[in-house]
Amino acid sequence: MKVIKLISKNVFRHKLRSILTIFGIAIAVMAFGLLRTVVTAWNAGVDASSSNRLISRHAVSFIFPLPYSYRDQLQKIPGVTGVSFANWFQGKYKDNSPDNFFARYAVDAETFMELYPEYILPNEQLATFKQQRNSCIVGKKIADKNNLKVGDIMTFEGDIYPGSYDFTVAGIYVGKDKTIDETQLFFHWSYLDERMKDVAGYGSGNVGWYIINIDDPKASASVSESIDAMYVNSTAKTKTETEKAFQQSFVSLSSAILVSLEVISYVIIGIILLVLANTMIMSARERIREYAVLKTLGFTGSTIAILIIGESLAISIAGGAVGLALTFPLANGFGNAFPTIFPVFQVLPSTILLMAGFALLVGLAASVFPSWKSSRISIVEGLRQIG
Amino acid sequence: MSTLVQVNQVSKIYYRGTIEIPVLQNLSLDVPEGEFMALMGPSGSGKTTLLNLISGIDRPTSGSIVIAGTDIAKLNETQLAKWRSQNIGFIFQFYNLIPVLTAYENVELPLELTNLSKKEKKQRVEGVLNIVGLSDRMDHYPKQLSGGQQQRVAIARAIVTDPTLIIGDEPTGDLDRKSAEEILNLMDRLNKEFKKTIVMVTHDPHAAQKAHLTRHLEKGELMINGDGK
Ligand SMILES: Nc1ncnc2c1ncn2[C@@H]1O[C@H](COP(=O)(O)OP(=O)(O)OP(=O)(O)O)[C@@H](O)[C@H]1O
Ligand SMILES: [Mg+2]
Repeated sequence: MKVIKLISKNVFRHKLRSILTIFGIAIAVMAFGLLRTVVTAWNAGVDASSSNRLISRHAVSFIFPLPYSYRDQLQKIPGVTGVSFANWFQGKYKDNSPDNFFARYAVDAETFMELYPEYILPNEQLATFKQQRNSCIVGKKIADKNNLKVGDIMTFEGDIYPGSYDFTVAGIYVGKDKTIDETQLFFHWSYLDERMKDVAGYGSGNVGWYIINIDDPKASASVSESIDAMYVNSTAKTKTETEKAFQQSFVSLSSAILVSLEVISYVIIGIILLVLANTMIMSARERIREYAVLKTLGFTGSTIAILIIGESLAISIAGGAVGLALTFPLANGFGNAFPTIFPVFQVLPSTILLMAGFALLVGLAASVFPSWKSSRISIVEGLRQIG
Repeated sequence: MSTLVQVNQVSKIYYRGTIEIPVLQNLSLDVPEGEFMALMGPSGSGKTTLLNLISGIDRPTSGSIVIAGTDIAKLNETQLAKWRSQNIGFIFQFYNLIPVLTAYENVELPLELTNLSKKEKKQRVEGVLNIVGLSDRMDHYPKQLSGGQQQRVAIARAIVTDPTLIIGDEPTGDLDRKSAEEILNLMDRLNKEFKKTIVMVTHDPHAAQKAHLTRHLEKGELMINGDGK
């Protein structure tokens, strides 16, 4: 139909203006998508955590250890189907740059991987890991980044636990889906404890925190309570909560930043709305005389409104499409550049929907005023305009 | 000849704030069917205003305008728009073509409001472009055409719907002698050959001579004189 043709011809009337506007929208949509992805990536760790797992840590702070002896007692609590434990190791790999930083844990080699079925590892690699006391398992992203394969040796300089540590890579795990962190390293807690014995003459006998698997997620509150009640009179009191709550306690530290990122993402949408509205108002004003001619020929105000809304939508959809297309390579690059800060940097379908939705909304909203105004012009006034 | 246009006791007052600007006062005018009428008069006398009222793009303050039996002052906006698309062909001083459409597309535009088939539209558009002598320029954009050629496209657009009445507001006002002559000959042909009723405003006595009837407007009132040839 002619109207569609006229819309598309109008879009390219001022090529430079339209192209700049389309690019403005593209960049805004992309910025919006990336900011949202930062927020969702940040929260991904929380969402990925299992509701079947409880974390029991020292009641005062997570930096204080718990006695190894709790392990057997925890196992006997009704509803508990598995107990494992882990320690934060830290240490230095290659150099101190944030680029080479990733999470390293000393874990109970016998039980740990059973409690984390989302880390997928070939059976024979798991068997090697359990057998070999100085071996480790790394996530695929870390292995890829450092060109590691099974059998390679990774050397760490300990800081919390002094000394030099050589770990043989026994296995490389992948996440069961994209939301799983593939940037961690796990090695034997017993090996760490042994090394401590060498230095201090005795083992620490302490673990960082316990991971407790329960059979019924609905029982998490009651099981947590009974655990904490058990140690309420001991020197090392516990604080037990779901893994999700545990993760959130880290994320909440940065919640102010997250909120400001969200606010900024919406501000960007607002700004681009003003830019497009300005473009559309300018175009409509320049064409008042043409709209008057169309009306003279018998076209109604609604045809004129459709022309303007259609043009606005065409520009915003084009911008949105370019923005979406740019987001994926950029998000990939971003994720690859900071694999340890954002282990999982995925543009979620909900983000894509939001981006597309806002592109449409901006297109519509920007045309409300000029289309309303232009559809109501009086022919006589419009024709009197000097074209 | 029957009367096609009946302007009865029409007044038009513009308001600028609280100030009244009376432009036409109790003006009556009949245009017989098949007539080619020229409206002359000094600038500001209300010629454009009268044309706007006759063509249904503006409304009188009082009085009635009956065209081919329809009292157009009584139609609502939508009815009036439809009525214009079926009954009026406009030719403006500054052509007023849509710059992003080709000559062909500009002429086709009014047909978008009809139920004609694609084929019929094509026949009509090519037919009128042939009448105005621009068959070889159909794919040109307005800015690729001379003023006279643009005005011929505008005439083709005005007649493509086969309107009852053709209205021209200084159609030769922006053209050189030669182009103006061509346009006037074309309008003469529309009148004689295609039996179109034409009302045209002009400042040019030579242009007025082409018409059969000249009316003079002075300060919103018609002078009864000059019956042309
Ligand atoms: N929309 C309007 N608001 C106020 N006054 C108007 C309006 N349109 C026309 N007028 C006034 O009405 C009078 C007649 O205007 P009109 O355009 O009909 O004159 P005209 O005879 O066509 O003149 P010209 O030969 O210069 O085209 C003028 O004084 C003009 O200023
Ligand atoms: Mg005038």
